[in-house]
Amino acid sequence: MSDVREAITQAHHEEWARVVASLTRRFGDLDIAEEAAAEAFATAVERWPADGVPPNPGAWLTTTANRKAIDRIRRENKRDDKQKEAQLVYDDDPPEPLGAIDDERLRLIFTCCHPALAMETRVALTLRMVGGLTVPEIARAFLVQESTMGQRITRAKAKIKTARIPYRVPSAEDLPARVSGVLAVLFLVFNEGYLATGPDTDPVRHDLTAEAIRLTRLLRALMPQDGEVAGLLALMVLTEARRAARVSTSGELVTLDEQDRGAWDTALVAEGHRLVRERLASGVAPGRYQILAAINAVHTSARDVRDTDWSQVVALYDQLIRLDPSPIVGLNRAIAVAELDGPEVALAAVDRLQDALAGYHAYHATRADLLRRLGCSQQSRAAYDKAIELAGNTAETAYLTRRRDQLG
Amino acid sequence: MQYLVSVIDDKSNPGSTDRQPAISAFNQRLIAEGYWVFAGGLADTNAATVIDNRGEQAVLSDGPFLESKEYLAGVWVWEAPDLDVALKLATEASKICDRKVEVRPFQ
Repeated sequence: MSDVREAITQAHHEEWARVVASLTRRFGDLDIAEEAAAEAFATAVERWPADGVPPNPGAWLTTTANRKAIDRIRRENKRDDKQKEAQLVYDDDPPEPLGAIDDERLRLIFTCCHPALAMETRVALTLRMVGGLTVPEIARAFLVQESTMGQRITRAKAKIKTARIPYRVPSAEDLPARVSGVLAVLFLVFNEGYLATGPDTDPVRHDLTAEAIRLTRLLRALMPQDGEVAGLLALMVLTEARRAARVSTSGELVTLDEQDRGAWDTALVAEGHRLVRERLASGVAPGRYQILAAINAVHTSARDVRDTDWSQVVALYDQLIRLDPSPIVGLNRAIAVAELDGPEVALAAVDRLQDALAGYHAYHATRADLLRRLGCSQQSRAAYDKAIELAGNTAETAYLTRRRDQLG
Repeated sequence: MQYLVSVIDDKSNPGSTDRQPAISAFNQRLIAEGYWVFAGGLADTNAATVIDNRGEQAVLSDGPFLESKEYLAGVWVWEAPDLDVALKLATEASKICDRKVEVRPFQ
């Protein structure tokens, strides 16, 4: 019995996106595809315990979902238009020429992450259609009402249909920009898991980080040549590798320099390092995710924080700033500069970011730490107060509060 | 699929007024490539009159139905196979007419 349950869970992980994608292609309708896929999995839950797991679960699910979709179209067409039925069911699109990359799941991913949809909509749609999460699960993940999340997804499906957002992999010319849009969606899911916001959530939401990694692995399998996809996957696994060491037993954030490096997940570290090495060997100029991954590779290569190659970290941030001159990158660079050139130099750099980052908790937390190291207790305390006021993550708030209270 | 492409201007920060030759050239291209259905620039919103005849008698009022900083300055109607094609053209159109554009499908 538990074997069957496992088989269903596994099939859901491995086959959901494929079933939704192939039905969307066949019926030209995300809504029909989603509903039929859900029904097929519900049928599997009902039937597999009695009939046994079929030898090819994916084929069984696709066939079952196809039948469900045709049933639905027939039902609707009894009320509607007979001709439409013929068109939908029998008039398959002529097969399109295969591009360099072509998988129905890729079409699905690019459609769900289309730039004409709002970011929060892209996230919700990707988790539902590609990830197979249920609407209540997605609603819980982003702390919104189930009905709100349901409407968001319904509206998105309607816009895709009405505005005719195409179901295809973008042309080579548009691909880099569109891939970066997909990666932004996956990174957002990961970050919401890694630095969960909200007073009542766990500080680290493993369900979300795991889902983001799973979807990025899928994208990596579909686009193995894309450097930024590899970069984002490396960045995620090197970050996830430190998860267990990142929150103390008392629920407080543990910063990188204080983490028990023995608690890091060595398999994930090795995987991340392998990906970073692969990108370095490619000789192709890295994008921002690859540089961020490389920075994380430097950190995770040091057995002890004192062994960290800070000049390498600063050099990578210099490279990143040339690609992405945002104040947040500047802030992170300053943190590394503090280790290389001392807190005074770093503080001057941080202070120059005040106009852009005054509402960002990490800006104040960084200033607080630098001021503490420079012995400016009073100013440090004020900066901690501001950081605590703005921080949304419970573990981070606990950490900042302790640090503030330890000031002499 | 037909799309309405609305050109949106901003009274407090209007787009440049010397775009007509570039827009004409763009229109020629739209026609040649088979996207063009219709295009037209609109007179100032001051020239608008709203008529409401839902009640007992028609009520006329001077000016646009919505008084706002941003207003509709002109429209295109394009025939395009999907939104990606329309958005690509709209990206060019916005640059050429130096104004924001909104792309909206007809039913």
